[in-house]
Amino acid sequence: MFDFKVLTQWIDQSLRALNLPDFGVLVIELVLVGIALLAAYAILAIILIWFERKICAWFQCRLGPNRVGIFGLLQTFADTIKILLKELIPINNNDKILFYLAPFIVILSSMLSFGALPFGKGLQAIDFNIGIFYMMAVSSLGVLGVLLAGWSSNNKFSMIGAMRSGAQMVSYELSVGLSLLTMVIFAGSMQLSQIVNQQADLWFIFKGHVPALIAFLVYLIAGHAETSRGPFDLPEAESELTAGYHTEYSGIQFGFYYLAEYLNMFIIAAIATTVFLGGWQPLHIPGLDGFNHVMDYIPTPVWFLGKAFFCIFLSLWVRWTFPRLRIDQLLHLEWKYLLPLNLLNILFMALIVIFKWHF
Amino acid sequence: MELKEKILKRLPDAGFEDAQYPTVTVEPDKLHELASMLCREEGYDFLVSLTGVDWGDSLGVVYHLARSGNPLDMIVLKTATADKEHPQLFSVTDLWETANLNEREAYGLLGINFINHPDMRRLFLNEKWKGFPLRKDYDASPENNPLSIESEPFSDKLRSLSFTTQGDIIEKEKELFGKEEYVVNIGPQHPSTHGVLHFRVSLDGELIRKVDPNLGYIHRGIEKMCESMTYPQMLHLTDRLDYLSAHINRHALCSCIEKAVEIEVSERVEYIRTMMDELQRIASHLLGWSAMCMDMGALTAFIYGMRDREKIIDIFQDTCGARLIMNYNVIGGVMYDLHPDFQKKVKEFIPYMRKIMKEYHQIFTGNVIADERMKSIGILSKEQAVSYGVTGPSGRASGFSCDVRKHRPYAAYGKIKFNEVLREEGDTFARYMVRLDEILESLNILEQLVDHIPEGPYQAKTKPIIRIPEGEYFQSVEAARGLFGVYICSKGDKSPYRLKFRSPGLSLVSIVDLISRNEKIADLIAIGGSLDYVVPDIDR
Repeated sequence: MFDFKVLTQWIDQSLRALNLPDFGVLVIELVLVGIALLAAYAILAIILIWFERKICAWFQCRLGPNRVGIFGLLQTFADTIKILLKELIPINNNDKILFYLAPFIVILSSMLSFGALPFGKGLQAIDFNIGIFYMMAVSSLGVLGVLLAGWSSNNKFSMIGAMRSGAQMVSYELSVGLSLLTMVIFAGSMQLSQIVNQQADLWFIFKGHVPALIAFLVYLIAGHAETSRGPFDLPEAESELTAGYHTEYSGIQFGFYYLAEYLNMFIIAAIATTVFLGGWQPLHIPGLDGFNHVMDYIPTPVWFLGKAFFCIFLSLWVRWTFPRLRIDQLLHLEWKYLLPLNLLNILFMALIVIFKWHF
Repeated sequence: MELKEKILKRLPDAGFEDAQYPTVTVEPDKLHELASMLCREEGYDFLVSLTGVDWGDSLGVVYHLARSGNPLDMIVLKTATADKEHPQLFSVTDLWETANLNEREAYGLLGINFINHPDMRRLFLNEKWKGFPLRKDYDASPENNPLSIESEPFSDKLRSLSFTTQGDIIEKEKELFGKEEYVVNIGPQHPSTHGVLHFRVSLDGELIRKVDPNLGYIHRGIEKMCESMTYPQMLHLTDRLDYLSAHINRHALCSCIEKAVEIEVSERVEYIRTMMDELQRIASHLLGWSAMCMDMGALTAFIYGMRDREKIIDIFQDTCGARLIMNYNVIGGVMYDLHPDFQKKVKEFIPYMRKIMKEYHQIFTGNVIADERMKSIGILSKEQAVSYGVTGPSGRASGFSCDVRKHRPYAAYGKIKFNEVLREEGDTFARYMVRLDEILESLNILEQLVDHIPEGPYQAKTKPIIRIPEGEYFQSVEAARGLFGVYICSKGDKSPYRLKFRSPGLSLVSIVDLISRNEKIADLIAIGGSLDYVVPDIDR
C-alpha cells in the first residue's frame, strides 16, 4: 500500500529546505491543503452531479446527458460555467445580511466536514482525536443556513420549507449520532485514523455482528434524510413548495445550495465508508493471503471513493424509487421506529463489547 | 305524465314544453319552490348544468336536472327575469352545492344576482371588468376594458344578498380571510396545479384551514366566441377546452349538432369515434397517473407513464396528423379515414399496456409511503359527490354511478360489454385506483372493437353552412374527467344563440376546499393530483 505520508513529508521537507521560518512553512502548507481540498470539493461535486444524472436516467429508461463530450461528461462543466454567469437577482423586502450569509453557512459546514475525511492512507488533512464528534458537530451547522435562508427570504414557501427542514434535521441528527455512537463503542475511539486502522483485517460491518449491521442500515436511512434528498426532500418538496427554502436564490447562491447538497450526500457516504466499510482499507478476508495481497495493489483512495460511490448509489436508488413522505410520516419514522431501535442497538452493542462476543 | 301533474298541482302557472327533454318554465319567484320540490321530493339530486342565458328582453337561467341513479334522465327548468338593470334570481346553492361556482359564473358573465348565494364574487373576471360578456348588448371594444399592466388586488369581500323579515333585500359583506390568517398562494405559477390554477390556502402550520380557488387565468370566453362562429368553425375550440380529452369533447359537440340537424353517421364512424375516445381516455388517465405520482415525489413513475402515453400519441399522429390537438371529428364523421397501420398498432398496444400496468402497481400502488399518503385522505362521500356534481373517475371513486357510456350509450358503446369501475371509499386512493382500472376497462373496449370496424364512408356529406333548427339541445358524453355536456340554444341561425359547455373540471375544483380542509399541504397536492383537473377545461 502506498502511504501518502511519503508525499506530504517530501513537500514539508522541501519547504523547510528553503530556510523559511516555521510559521511560513505552516502557512504555505495550509494554503496548499486548502487549495487541494477546494479543488477536490468542486470536482467531486461535478462528478457527482453527472453520476446522479446518468444513474437517474438509467432508472427512468432514458439516456441522460449525452451531447456535450463523450457520455455527456462535459455537460456538468458547461452547467457550472452557466450558473457562474447567471445574474444574482436582488430581492426586495428581505433581510439582506442574513440572505447573503445563509448560503455561505451551508457550504462552510459541508466544507468543514469534508476537510477532515481520511481519503487514503496518509491522506487526511487533520486527524482529531474526537474526529467523529467533530464531524457530527460541523455537519449539523448546515441547518442554520437553511433556517436563515427560509427566514430571510421573506417568502412563505421558503418559511415552510425551512421549518420543515429544522424539524427534520433535529430529529434525524439523533439517529445519525446514535448509530455512529454504536460504532464508537465498538471501536473504542473517536479518532478517524484509529477507526480505519482497526478495520485492516476485517471491516466493522462484518466484525460487529448484528448491531453493526443495524447501525449501518439506520445510519443510511437517517443520513439520507439528513441530506434532504429522495423521499425525505420535504424542505424543498418541488411539487408542494416550488423550491422550499431556496426559492428566492438565483445564480451561484443557488449553486452553493446545490453544491452543498451533493457534497453532503458524499460526506454522509464517506462517513459510512469510514466507520462501517473500512474507510480506505482494501477488502481483506482472514485466511486468504493471496487475495489480500492482490487487493493491496489497488490504491487506497480508489477503495475509499469506490465504497463511497457505492453508498451514494444506494441513496440514489432510494431517491428515484420512492414517493415523498409527508411531514408526519417523516417524524413518525424517526421518533417511533429509528430512535427506539437505535437505543436498543446501543445497549446490544455494549453487551457485545463487554462480553467480547465480536470477532 | 305523473310528474307534470304533480308540478301543476303545486304551481298551476308553470309552462311545459316537450323538447329533447321535458322542460318546465316558471316565474323567478316560484323557481326555488319548484327546484326544492324536484330535489327533495322527486329525487332530482344532481344538477347537471346551470346555464345563464340572455334572452334579449330578459335574463334567464336554464337548469338541467337529473337523478343520481340515472344521470341522464333529465328534466330542464327555465326561469327568466325581465329586469335587466338589477336582475335578481333565487340561488339554488342550498339544494345543489355545484350551483355555487356556476351561479358565480352566471353572475360574472351575465350580471345576474343570486339571492341567498353566500359568495357573490365574479368568477373568471375581475371585479373591475366593465360589462357582462355573455349579454347580447356587450361592448367588446378594447377601449372599454384596456389591458392593465398594474397588478390588481383580489376582492376578498364575500357579498351576499338576503331577505329580511320585512321582505326587503339587504346586502351583507364578509371578509374571506381574517387578518391573522397565514395565507399562501398555491399558483398561478406552481408546479402542481397543472396549469394556471390559483388556490389561496389558509394554513395553520402544515394544516389547511381553507382553500379559495381563484379561477379565470386562461378564460378565453370560448362560449362567447362560439356565438359568432359557424358550427364547423367552432369545432376547433372544443379541442382547446380539456386538451387531454380533445377527441371526446369534439365528439360531444359533433354528435349534438348531428342530432339537432338529423345527420346520420355511418357505423364505421361510430366505431372510429369510440376507439379514438377510448385511446384518448387511456392517454389522459396515463398522464393523470403520471402527474399524480410526480406530485407525490415519484419522478420515475412519471417518466414511465409518459413513455407509454407516447405510444398512443403516435397512433393519433398516424391517423390525425397531430399529437395533442387532433381536430379529428367533424360534423357527420371524421376528418380522415384510419391509417392502414392503425389496427396493427392498437393490437400491439393492448397486450403491452396490460403487461406494463402490473409494473405501475409494483412501482407505486403497493408502496408503503404511497399507501399511507393516499388512504383515508380527502374523503368525498357519495352524497357530496352528487351534490357537487362530481362525475368521472372522481365521482365513481365515491360510489356515484355516473358513467354516461353505461347510462345512455352513444356511438358504439351500446354494442360492447364493459364494466363501470366503481369504488366506495371516496378517498385519494380510490380515485387513483379507479383511474388505473379504467385503463384496463378501456383496453377491453378497444379489444372488442378493433377487429370489427365495419366498412363504410368515414364522413357523411354535409352542407358547407349548417343551420340548426330552432330549439334547445343537450348532449353529454363521458370525457376522461367526467360528464362533458354541450348545450346549444339555436334560433335557426348558422351560429348558435347560446352555447354552453358543461365542464367536469369546474365541479372538481369546487370540492378541493371541502375535502382538503384539516389535511396537510402535501395532501392538498395529492388530492389535486387525484382529481386530475385540467385548467382550460375549468376556465373555458
